[in-house]
Amino acid sequence: MGTVPSTVARRGRRSTGLSTMKKRQNAAAYLFILPFFVVFISMLLVPLWYSAYLSLFQSQLIGGETFAGLANYVRAFTDLAFVAGLGRMLVFFVIQVPIMLGFALFLALALDSGRARGAKSLRLLYFVPYAVPGVVATLMWGYLYGPDFGPVAQLFRAVGLQAPDFLGEGSILGSMMNIVTWEYVGYNMVILYAALRAIPPELYEAAEIDGAGPTRIAWSIKLPAIRPALLLTVIFSVIGTFQLFNEPSLLDAIAPSAIDDSYTPNYYAYNLAFVNQDVNYAAAIAFALGLVIAVVSYIVQLTTQRRERTNREGSR
Amino acid sequence: MNKAPKAALTLAAAAVSTSLVLSGCSSAAGTTGGGGAAAAPLGQDAITKALNTPTTLTFWTWVPDIDKQVKLFQAKYPKIKVKVENVGQGLEHYQKVRTAVKSGQGAPDVVQIEYQFISSFTLTKSLLDLAPYGADDLEGDYVPWVWNQVKQNGGIYAIPQDTGPLGNLYRTDIMKKAGIATPPATYDEYAAAAQKVKDATGSYISNLPSNDPAQVTGLLWQAGIKPFSYDGNRTVGINANSPEVKKVLAYWQGLIQKGLVSTDGDFTDQWYQGFASGKYAGWLTAAWGPIFLQGTAKGTAGKWSAAPLPQWARGQNASGNWGGSSDAVLASSKNPIAAYELAKWINNDKSSTTKFANEQFLFPAAKNVLEDPAFTGGKSSFFGGQQVNKQFAEISGTVDTKFEWLPFMDYAYSAFNDTVGKAIGDKGDLSAASDAWQTKLVSYAKAQGFTVK
Repeated sequence: MGTVPSTVARRGRRSTGLSTMKKRQNAAAYLFILPFFVVFISMLLVPLWYSAYLSLFQSQLIGGETFAGLANYVRAFTDLAFVAGLGRMLVFFVIQVPIMLGFALFLALALDSGRARGAKSLRLLYFVPYAVPGVVATLMWGYLYGPDFGPVAQLFRAVGLQAPDFLGEGSILGSMMNIVTWEYVGYNMVILYAALRAIPPELYEAAEIDGAGPTRIAWSIKLPAIRPALLLTVIFSVIGTFQLFNEPSLLDAIAPSAIDDSYTPNYYAYNLAFVNQDVNYAAAIAFALGLVIAVVSYIVQLTTQRRERTNREGSR
Repeated sequence: MNKAPKAALTLAAAAVSTSLVLSGCSSAAGTTGGGGAAAAPLGQDAITKALNTPTTLTFWTWVPDIDKQVKLFQAKYPKIKVKVENVGQGLEHYQKVRTAVKSGQGAPDVVQIEYQFISSFTLTKSLLDLAPYGADDLEGDYVPWVWNQVKQNGGIYAIPQDTGPLGNLYRTDIMKKAGIATPPATYDEYAAAAQKVKDATGSYISNLPSNDPAQVTGLLWQAGIKPFSYDGNRTVGINANSPEVKKVLAYWQGLIQKGLVSTDGDFTDQWYQGFASGKYAGWLTAAWGPIFLQGTAKGTAGKWSAAPLPQWARGQNASGNWGGSSDAVLASSKNPIAAYELAKWINNDKSSTTKFANEQFLFPAAKNVLEDPAFTGGKSSFFGGQQVNKQFAEISGTVDTKFEWLPFMDYAYSAFNDTVGKAIGDKGDLSAASDAWQTKLVSYAKAQGFTVK
């Protein structure tokens, strides 16, 4: 997509070198990105480095700070609370993400097929949950899950059934999956839908001439074409899942027995820093979590790439 | 396609970093100053001079409408300007105070602080010892048990504002239906009453929340149990699973497992509904409870009554405390005299303490209100015309005077929620849970460099 401007730029450079005009333009360009970089460096990179620095120390309420090298990281990966949180998020990822992306894909294909009436307003409707702040969404679902006055519980009771316990220890993870799915289906759908719209219509015409039906077109043209977008949504989901924070922290108030202070790694880091006052270990946990996310994202990418390569070789 | 992996990796990296910003707050080494050695008492001249010098004080507090009291103070000392800032309540407030103290910048002069967190700030020498400024002379102005809460190794580290002595609020109509005419005087009677209430009305006699260590601590306090101690230096005592603690917990475990006491988390929608709908026939709560209920369960007006807590032995008369707070001066304050006068005046001058009691409904720590017939004589229509303030003023005199805290109550409470609190919610074994709580506390204390007694 971005090839035309870059060739123009290359040609320009080759013919004249750096003219004063060009220099001035470059200076202007740097000036324009300067505000971004100032904020990026001061609000992101500096705190990041500072956290990395902090994570190498150990502090005690009595006795102060001492250099600890990588001891905090060793502690993190042998800390049952942290590892259990990671495991929980892995379960969450394996179950919730396929459901959510499956839904999103289905909706995107349905909208793109042009068969649904009022597609525009439907598209907006699906997207609305994403516009609701996560905090508000969780509070709302917390109400819906309520065991005494929640509408679902009331409905069950009205017909004489035992109301399901959405906030119990065994079911709370599922309840969270439901909240997250509700929130992000529309968001992922929009990404996939945008990718579908970018497919050149000539392909469909050609396929139709060859006698392909809508299902065949979806499977053999649409899906392969939006694979990069799908990968993107998977990576987003990896990040989002492992960083789950709002949901456990808000549901903790209404389901205190089901959620402990290390329920998710991010929630654990927060509690370590602000309740246990162990900022150094919290920094280490945060970096360790980042490392895990990077590794998982990379694995996801590798597997999809390898599959693509084998596919390509297979078809040759 | 070639670009995608790189882009995704950058995304991953960005995501990593957001999870880190969280921990990016400073942990620079200890604070400067600190109350420490008792200086000679200040002369009146120095105080007069300070109060007549134009000064701006910053005051971090979550107390609603505290501007009213601050205005009175400013009218009295027109040279002093006070900036009142609300930086959040509970954990959030203390986080910000700690961060400001550690960074050495932007810290306020005066801070609101709950009694159980005072020692976590004296530990870091962040609070000013107010004794040299004249706080020693105030002892007689406050209820003795409250004064012990702000006193540590001879220093005075805060001026008490409000308190929460524990009593028993109950629904007279539900009790009557269950055939109970007088509030249970002992815990045995309370258990029997709980059975009757459940059988006759289906209500729970009360709710023991699975997420409120402060209430359970208050009940332990009433039983004369001292699960925590701190010598002000580096030695802590932790007895969270003593036989006495287990006795109290076993009592509640019995009620919970018989289905006579519910275990909903408190201050949640579910719990508010419980009061409005009569799910709970009572609440063992603090002196701030009556006004709170009035706002929460309007529809039940006139049906409530207040009594002292049930007792562990007949003839006893003891209570504990749940909540309340004080005002302290940070050691880093550049205007310690004026700051002290603010903390003292709003919590000591009768015009201000009366306003706290009558307008913000804070249950007073100062005797000039507690012993004022205008305060104790007030009748509450929500409580069927009962003199509720008088009832709680009497209870306040029965609170065990020597209860101590650990200098890390935020952790202690969070650890409680994951052990005892969880077991309450699960209707589980509270004795084993208290062992787990003890283990957590001891290992945390040791890891933080304390000597555990």
